[in-house]
Amino acid sequence: MSVLVYIENTEGQFKKSAFEVATYGKDIATQLGTDVIAIAIGDIATDELTKLGNYGISKVLHVSNDNLKTFVNQAYAAIIAAAAKQHQATVVVLSNTFSVKGLAPRIATKLSAGLVSGATSLPTINGETFEVQKTAFSNKAIASVSVDSAIKVITINPNGYGVKEIGGTASIENFNAPTESSDFGTIVKDIVRATDKISLPEAEIVVSGGRGMKGPENWAMIEELAEVLGAATACSKPVSDAGWRPHSEHVGQTGIVVSPNLYIAIGISGAIQHLAGVSSSKTIVVINKDPEAPFFKVADYGIVGDAFVVVPKLIEALKSYKAN
Amino acid sequence: MKILVCISNVPDTTSKITFTNNDSEFNTAGIQYIINPYDEIALAKAIELTNGGENGSVTVITVGEATTEATIRKALAIGADNAVRINAIPADAWFVANQIADYAKKNSFDLILTGRESIDYNGAQVGAMVAELLSLPSVSIAKSISIDGNQVNIEREIEGGKEVISATLPLVIGTAEGVAEPKIPNMRGIMAARSKPLDVVEPVDVKPLTKFTKYTTPAARGNVKLIDENNINELVNLLHSEAKVI
Ligand SMILES: Cc1cc2nc3c(=O)[nH]c(=O)nc-3n(C[C@H](O)[C@H](O)[C@H](O)COP(=O)(O)OP(=O)(O)OC[C@H]3O[C@@H](n4cnc5c(N)ncnc54)[C@H](O)[C@@H]3O)c2cc1C
Ligand SMILES: Nc1ncnc2c1ncn2[C@@H]1O[C@H](COP(=O)(O)O)[C@@H](O)[C@H]1O
Repeated sequence: MSVLVYIENTEGQFKKSAFEVATYGKDIATQLGTDVIAIAIGDIATDELTKLGNYGISKVLHVSNDNLKTFVNQAYAAIIAAAAKQHQATVVVLSNTFSVKGLAPRIATKLSAGLVSGATSLPTINGETFEVQKTAFSNKAIASVSVDSAIKVITINPNGYGVKEIGGTASIENFNAPTESSDFGTIVKDIVRATDKISLPEAEIVVSGGRGMKGPENWAMIEELAEVLGAATACSKPVSDAGWRPHSEHVGQTGIVVSPNLYIAIGISGAIQHLAGVSSSKTIVVINKDPEAPFFKVADYGIVGDAFVVVPKLIEALKSYKAN
Repeated sequence: MKILVCISNVPDTTSKITFTNNDSEFNTAGIQYIINPYDEIALAKAIELTNGGENGSVTVITVGEATTEATIRKALAIGADNAVRINAIPADAWFVANQIADYAKKNSFDLILTGRESIDYNGAQVGAMVAELLSLPSVSIAKSISIDGNQVNIEREIEGGKEVISATLPLVIGTAEGVAEPKIPNMRGIMAARSKPLDVVEPVDVKPLTKFTKYTTPAARGNVKLIDENNINELVNLLHSEAKVI
């Protein structure tokens, strides 16, 4: 028996979400009294792989060959499912990233395993049955999912679970990829990254602007505030619909769901569809000139005022805070 | 081109969410159901790709009870050519995916479109499961799709950017914002929908692997602390010392 975690890398580097899944996997393994094994695919330096030991991983299976430099969900699923079988994993844990959304259901299918995506808690284990919680109905409910298949696949949202460094070392083993040519039905032609920006789904702080910002020409102050805080920028749907900002910044029910430590909403009314994407943020700050804006009802801190006055002041205050 | 579009029937987001049976079941009483917004994008794209039925056909499929027929009629009114309802409660993604895969196997399609996820449980599971069950390639969160003959070019969302992917039909794609603008049914569409075929198919026997057993409501946030705009430093202090987020 073992717990297997899939550790995603970006150009050979692990992000915080990787250490989160390692921690989550370790915590389940402790409950089950077993070990947690990691699998990582791609060109990753030994130094980077060894870091996983610090989060409780006892062994890292490393798969590296030229075919697997870019993500192909079929081939990756074949590899991870094979590793799960070989190591008799009863639980497979992944971070609920964009790629994993195309990967985890395939792994679950190959293993005839029940899949819980976006788990927000550690499972309660009752013999063969796991109970896991996740949010549902646009964050209006928390649902318990019970899974009783022999193998369980669980994904957790980035930034949804803490990281625990426990010290420890991981051994590294090469794992042979059991893939076939039919597993390569999609080919990555190009990867376009906005390299200078913090990626929204993983950001710990998000600064978001709505229609109250009046027009794209006013986004400089949103970006400056984000820069001072080391935050990613986001927006409401009408803002991206109007082409003021790219669709990839739109948060909410039909956009990206984020759960940063701090979400700052500027000139956003707080419609239910917007809140669906942000209400699990740990702390919410709302800046809106309308004291009746619904967003204030779900905020921790609020400033009733004109964004064009408040935001520059906030930038100044943060700059002097950071300077000290 | 023969396209299958998978339609999930979800509560309108403005619905008040309550539970029954000792909080073990979602209370459907009084709930307004809609086509899952991402599936509307998939449907609009399918209609565009077939040029409104001139260049192929669009079949919509839903796994659901008779109560979902209003939703599927709406998909017909928007422009699907025919509809299939698998007559069963959509117990979990595994159950639903097996039903869709079984139907797709028997009726071979060039392209299967799903939404990137259902907005009720945000599973993002059914599409890739269908692809795996059919041994087809898939792309899960597509931002744009263009098809030329057999050749498909897709942009897929990744953290902080996008991936440009090429593939060939047949294929399964999960659609997100940007792929197409959702279409609104017009009067003519609504009239035409009444006479379009809606087949009801009995489910294949599959045991679900997961089950929702209990619902709770998230803890409400404490009351908002209002800070005067002339006292911005207080906000900075609170974020540092109370919320501990900066
Ligand atoms: C099916 C469906 C899905 C949807 N999905 C999403 C989604 O995913 N994400 C999303 O965001 N929306 C979504 N919406 C839209 C949503 O219902 C709202 O229309 C939208 O969130 C409103 O955006 P907003 O708050 O930026 O604009 P508005 O509602 O216009 O609000 C602007 C706010 O700015 C304030 N303001 C104006 N001027 C200033 C100023 N100078 N200083 C400070 N404040 C100011 C106003 O008081 C107001 O509260 C969806 C809608 C539907 C029907
Ligand atoms: N009951 C259903 N019937 C048909 N298609 C479905 C059903 N449930 C989900 N889907 C499709 O699968 C996609 C992903 O759903 P989910 O895995 O539930 O998030 C949806 O956008 C639909 O296209």
